[in-house]
Amino acid sequence: MGAILQSFLAGFDPYLLQILVNIGIAIVLALGLNVIVGLTGQLSLGHAAFMSIGAFASALITNKLGLAFGPNLILTGVITAVIAAIIGFPILRLTGDYLAICTLGFAEIVKVFFLNFEPSNKALGLTVQNAKTDIPVPIWVFLVAVLSVVLVSFVQTSRFGRALKAIREDEIAAEAMGINLTRYKIQAFALGSFMAGVGGGLYAHFLSYINPSDFGFLKSVDILSMVVLGGLGSVPGTVFGSAVLASAPEFLRFMSQYRMLVYGALLVFLMVFRPNGLMGGVNVMDLLLRAVGKKPAGVAFKEKSTT
Amino acid sequence: MFLQQLINGIALGSVYSLIALGYTMVYGIITLINFAHGEIFMVGAFIGLLLISVVKVNIFFAIIGAMVFCMVLGVVVELIAYRALRKSSRLSALISAIGVSIFLSSLALMVFGADAKGFPDNAFPVTQLHIGNADVSTLQLVIIGVSALLMLALEFIVQKTKIGKAMRATSEDYNTSALMGINVNRVISFTFALGSALAAAGGVLVGVLFNAVSFNMGLMAGLKAFAAAVLGGIGSIPGAMLGGLLLGVSEVFGVAIGYSSYRDAIAFSILVLVLLLKPTGLLGQKITKKV
Repeated sequence: MGAILQSFLAGFDPYLLQILVNIGIAIVLALGLNVIVGLTGQLSLGHAAFMSIGAFASALITNKLGLAFGPNLILTGVITAVIAAIIGFPILRLTGDYLAICTLGFAEIVKVFFLNFEPSNKALGLTVQNAKTDIPVPIWVFLVAVLSVVLVSFVQTSRFGRALKAIREDEIAAEAMGINLTRYKIQAFALGSFMAGVGGGLYAHFLSYINPSDFGFLKSVDILSMVVLGGLGSVPGTVFGSAVLASAPEFLRFMSQYRMLVYGALLVFLMVFRPNGLMGGVNVMDLLLRAVGKKPAGVAFKEKSTT
Repeated sequence: MFLQQLINGIALGSVYSLIALGYTMVYGIITLINFAHGEIFMVGAFIGLLLISVVKVNIFFAIIGAMVFCMVLGVVVELIAYRALRKSSRLSALISAIGVSIFLSSLALMVFGADAKGFPDNAFPVTQLHIGNADVSTLQLVIIGVSALLMLALEFIVQKTKIGKAMRATSEDYNTSALMGINVNRVISFTFALGSALAAAGGVLVGVLFNAVSFNMGLMAGLKAFAAAVLGGIGSIPGAMLGGLLLGVSEVFGVAIGYSSYRDAIAFSILVLVLLLKPTGLLGQKITKKV
């Protein structure tokens, strides 16, 4: 099985494969953040912190315990989710920008913690041993990305997801309807962080070297841009946003030193001309049905208010 | 020792306050976390450096020149990147601000290169004064003095002038002020100009203090200043001053008692703790939300 997949991947251009894997990891991370920001409406500027907790936990599990990769990822996700729940309990009482800055502050604290953490070689960074699995890591990434899309799509339409959307639209009204704010917010936070942890684990094993400085504020911003650019709360939007932004630095590579300049300008102009994100307010199912002629032409772009 | 560290802390803290004021004023009026503010601070530092090392003016004119340049920059940024987004979701404006921030810092990287630039040796003649058993450089006194002066000027503008009154009204209630005939767009531009000017002054002062100006100095300074603004209660001008001083002093003391490798975490730990105990910051007002 492993050998077949290995030879299948060998047919790919390694450069293209790397871009695809980057997109896959970005999708897992961005969908996790989408649960917190897009569905529940809690602005988090510290998603990279949970990614780093996952990356280091997963790397240390492989290096020290030698656990197989599948259980490793699940254990990593659980560890990250538990830490997120413990942290979320006090800080999720804050609202709006106070929550945002608190998550940002927490992310900086996590970064400095790992910079001074002995088992992960402090600021030198950690070299990750090969994942204990027959299946190549890129296949794992694609598998987890697909699973994430399925999971978040289900969550979105479930009872749990509807409760989260109610919290996003109006906390007071949601509470009056009998939704336990604290419980749902912490669950959403833990779910999003679970995915961030798994994404971090994949990242660590794909790159086989991780450094605390890679998970700074800019990484959190990267992930948040993917969610907002694609369209808050929309799964296809988030996938699309992740694909665009994760590959943008590569497509812009021909501009060499102007790359980040253009990237910054691109963010501004995309937001100015599509304030609700690229796919915000676009009903993908509707468009698909119409494309195959199952539904008459109608209003494709719905006015949708996102907060 | 205590006095020495206290003075170091106040000098650093007053710069944090200068930057924090820009965050807090913009937030007070359009509830936007202006992430590009840290980069305005960085641009101010570079303009100051150019004025001192190329045009060879003294530090005070350099500060004024940087302030004027950044005023214009701040207004232009608002016009291009935020004005169109005023009615849309706040997150879109936030991402736009982050885009501006990436744009400005990579522009500085291209123009000035990646390595930190220092000021010429005679940029500001420093003499050490002895107060008690503490060594205080004249530079620190200038930093504290200039910051205090600028904050007093700001307080005067906000409390005593007509445009200041318009600013306070707009931050109280945006729509009602517009109905009362206040030119809200002008007030917002003015707020950006004011905040950017303060950040530019802070940039020149920090550049001279650490004798290093680099393209990425805006990020951490901006984050810490933002933390200071939230610590004091975002939207509150005295809060930003208090928060900045508090962060500066506690950071310097944290380093002094031997936690230098945790330097960046100190400010944020204090922030998280304060927010948990008092969720609206030290001087922030609690806003009761109605359905």
